[in-house]
Amino acid sequence: MTVSPAASLAASELLPLAVACPLTGAALLAVLGRRLPRSGTDALATAWAAGQLGLVWWLAAATGGAGRTVTWVGGWTPVEGRSVGIVLVADGLGLGLAVLVALLVLAALGYAWRYFEEPERARGHGGGFPALLLLFEAGTTGFALTGDLFNAFVFFELMGVAGYALTGYRVEEPRPLQGALAFAVTGSLAGYLALVGVGLLYARTGELAFAGIARELAGQPADALVTTAAALLCCAMLVKAAAVPFHFWLPDAHAEAPTPVCLLLSGVMVELGLYGLLRVYLTVFSGPGGVPHEVMRGTLIAVGTVTALTGALLCWQQRHLKRLLAFSTVGHMGLFLCGAGILDAEATAGTALYVAGHAGVKGALFCLAGVLLDRHASVDEHGLWGRARDMPLVGVLFAVGGCALAGLPPFGTGLGKSVVEHAAHEDPWLVALFVLVPAVTAGAVLRAAARVFGGAGTKPRERHSGAETTGAGEEPEVSGPRREVPRPMLVVPAVLLAGALAVGLVPALWRYVAAGSVVFQDPAGYGAAVTGVPGGGGTGTAPLPEVAWSLPGVLFGLLSTALAAGCAAGALWGPALRGRLARTARAGADALDRTVVLAVRRQHSGHVGDYVAWLLAGLAALTAVFALWG
Amino acid sequence: MSALPYLAAGWMLLVGVHGLVTSRNAVHAVGCLTVVQSGTYVLLLAVGYRRGGTAPYFTDIPAGTPVVDPVAQALTLTDVVVGAALTALLLALVLQTAKRHGTTDPDALTGLRG
Amino acid sequence: MSRAARVRLFWAAALLFAAGYVVACLELPPLGGPFHPYGERAVAAALGRRTANTVSSVNFDLRGFDTLGEEFVLFTAALGAVLLLRRTRDEHVSAPRPGRVLPTVRLAGTVLLPVVLVTGVYVVAHGQLTPGGGFQGGVVLATGLHLAYLAADYRVLRRVRPRAVLEVAEAVAAGAFALLGLIGLVRAGSFLENVLPLGTFGALASGGQVPVLNAAVGLEVASALVVVLAGFIDQALEIES
Repeated sequence: MTVSPAASLAASELLPLAVACPLTGAALLAVLGRRLPRSGTDALATAWAAGQLGLVWWLAAATGGAGRTVTWVGGWTPVEGRSVGIVLVADGLGLGLAVLVALLVLAALGYAWRYFEEPERARGHGGGFPALLLLFEAGTTGFALTGDLFNAFVFFELMGVAGYALTGYRVEEPRPLQGALAFAVTGSLAGYLALVGVGLLYARTGELAFAGIARELAGQPADALVTTAAALLCCAMLVKAAAVPFHFWLPDAHAEAPTPVCLLLSGVMVELGLYGLLRVYLTVFSGPGGVPHEVMRGTLIAVGTVTALTGALLCWQQRHLKRLLAFSTVGHMGLFLCGAGILDAEATAGTALYVAGHAGVKGALFCLAGVLLDRHASVDEHGLWGRARDMPLVGVLFAVGGCALAGLPPFGTGLGKSVVEHAAHEDPWLVALFVLVPAVTAGAVLRAAARVFGGAGTKPRERHSGAETTGAGEEPEVSGPRREVPRPMLVVPAVLLAGALAVGLVPALWRYVAAGSVVFQDPAGYGAAVTGVPGGGGTGTAPLPEVAWSLPGVLFGLLSTALAAGCAAGALWGPALRGRLARTARAGADALDRTVVLAVRRQHSGHVGDYVAWLLAGLAALTAVFALWG
Repeated sequence: MSALPYLAAGWMLLVGVHGLVTSRNAVHAVGCLTVVQSGTYVLLLAVGYRRGGTAPYFTDIPAGTPVVDPVAQALTLTDVVVGAALTALLLALVLQTAKRHGTTDPDALTGLRG
Repeated sequence: MSRAARVRLFWAAALLFAAGYVVACLELPPLGGPFHPYGERAVAAALGRRTANTVSSVNFDLRGFDTLGEEFVLFTAALGAVLLLRRTRDEHVSAPRPGRVLPTVRLAGTVLLPVVLVTGVYVVAHGQLTPGGGFQGGVVLATGLHLAYLAADYRVLRRVRPRAVLEVAEAVAAGAFALLGLIGLVRAGSFLENVLPLGTFGALASGGQVPVLNAAVGLEVASALVVVLAGFIDQALEIES
């Protein structure tokens, strides 16, 4: 370990503050927000979020990529390896996520600085919105740091509750409420399913800490109880992670939530579902008496592939810009699932960098869509055709964001993609997926940018009229459409894009993530660190994966970007092309559209009952897979 | 039949989900979600039960008396509070939905598609 | 999906999952067995902290961090519900009409209101000793206040539960839990570690931090419930579009 004992001791004492600090700030905002003027509330919230960022940054630096900070809350350190308390375990990736959350919360607060006309203050709800953001931050941070299964459920619910309230925040409008309701019902159901899994594991092992459960499970072969519990917990996490067929709530919620909230939901909350899944799998179920690696690997890659393809297909079909971005998140989540599903340190490191880069890029794109919503009270790609020509700066940022989404070097998305591709080089079709899916989703973004900001191409055709959400006739989120676009609404996306660029350019970050991934993939070392009883763990002995730009990675990134530009050009100017070849291509596309695309789109019906039925079907499939092969 | 309470918990879970799938009223759907959650209470309390054990309060019983598992009871208490909080928030969402859409029938909420 | 297709999908999935769940249940330890390692350790730890109610000890001492999160779930839900149920631009407030109440109901409510409030305080204060505690007592307190609505009418209820005060009290109580954890960090070196004297087993002053945290939670739960209910009652009685 590279950490000095004194530093790690202080870090272990201060670790619970990473959760307590935003909680206290939220309580403070709820009180002071009743009296403070708007700018005072915003300043307090921003200062508090900056303090939290400083705290988790310091914790990450003190722990180091290769270290682990372990805290038994309340001083209940284990006796003979067993404790009665709750353990927090912070390693490189957990703290990295906490830092990412803190950065995005700060960005969301900055973006919302002059956002929302504020009727609330007069009625004593002044600090409500920033307080909810801090509560969300506390929930996500707690979820990322906890080492206890029930405690994870509590923080899962905390981030859920804050997320539902934030999504439905604009109560004057019908659609956000419907999106929030679908989100809340599926999310709560997922939480209860997880709790059933916790109950089953507690009955078998009598333990709640990840490491404690794993130790008890190791004594006996896996049976239906263990596999069913694993299926329930995986299902809950996959709902959060928006994997197909658990993903239906995501476009409804992410497209309708207030823009600063979209930043958090798409940038980090879905990814936390995947993180939780991996964390629980590796620390609880990966040993003897759990679910074998090959089964988990196969499941994650299969689910990830379907998710990536569905997300890309539906992203391409959208004309509602925020919904387009939401489906692009589904597509990228599929890639993250595949990357994480490889279950080795290199692929984990690549996925982590990809997630960080994606958070910046997607956040920036949502922010820019928010600018359109503010100016034109619409996010309809067709309705806005050529209407945003007067905002070239926004257009350029949007197009840069599109290229970064495709994985253009040297953005962090490109680096993460390239590292995962290297780890997956034995599966050529997986590499193809990593080239194709970003290209299609980025192509949709570039197509929209060219249409909205440049008026390019022919006037878009109307299709699927009964089965889509157009995005026209939205309420602007800022008062007075005549005034200037507030400066933070342009600064924040630019900073976020710069952040995504930094992920691809800072080797210190790469080394941190590489070391953190090795530690993350070492359950034996985790168990030993938690219980204080040395196990047979190979902590620090595994070789560090190489995380850096490689020639094939750069070429694949450029290829994705070129394909994205090609897709966009095809959509814009393809309909005007003459000649037999063009006609055949158009006829083929139309046939595909009628048969496959429309059927898939119709499943996204906005009906909560449908979503729940699909959720149960996914749970049943997971149960069967784990029971038969687990 | 020693597994009966566990099976009852699973039954409540599936009954609740059935209600969610077929519900024609969002208030009713929130109620169904509460049924699912009640299944988790039954499971946790059954897991913590101990034959011959008394309530885990040592005010007037000597230390060493067998008691049911206090941890399972504490988890259930947390679960109850989380569930109540969620239900309140969900009902607030449903109330506003009813106001803005004029209906709480999921079949009639057609604003988000594709 | 059509309704019939949805129900078919449900049945197929439910049968498959049920099969797995039933087999899992058959593998569970038989109901009522003696295998409760965590529970036994928790009982020993609770008695070591002189807390007679071991459930409270688990909630407020051993696993106090869970309760911190849980209390803030409640706080978040209350804050969220209040925000969601706020009066919007296109709505206005109308004065609710006084209702007619039977004299017997009025009498019963007037007599019961103080009794219920005292019971609530009792349940909160004895959380370390007897079944009950901050959560249960808080609920009793909040429901007790609403007897004023049943026995009199809305205007009386508004007088007995000043909403703005309770909204502040709720946030203060929630924040107090986190701050009490900080005292443990400063004085004993670990977040939420007990720094209070343990007192005498079985006495009101026992269990160290358990009664104090119980009081914070009692205040939080009572005010959160009142605030949430106020949001709903306002929607029903006052706010019109």
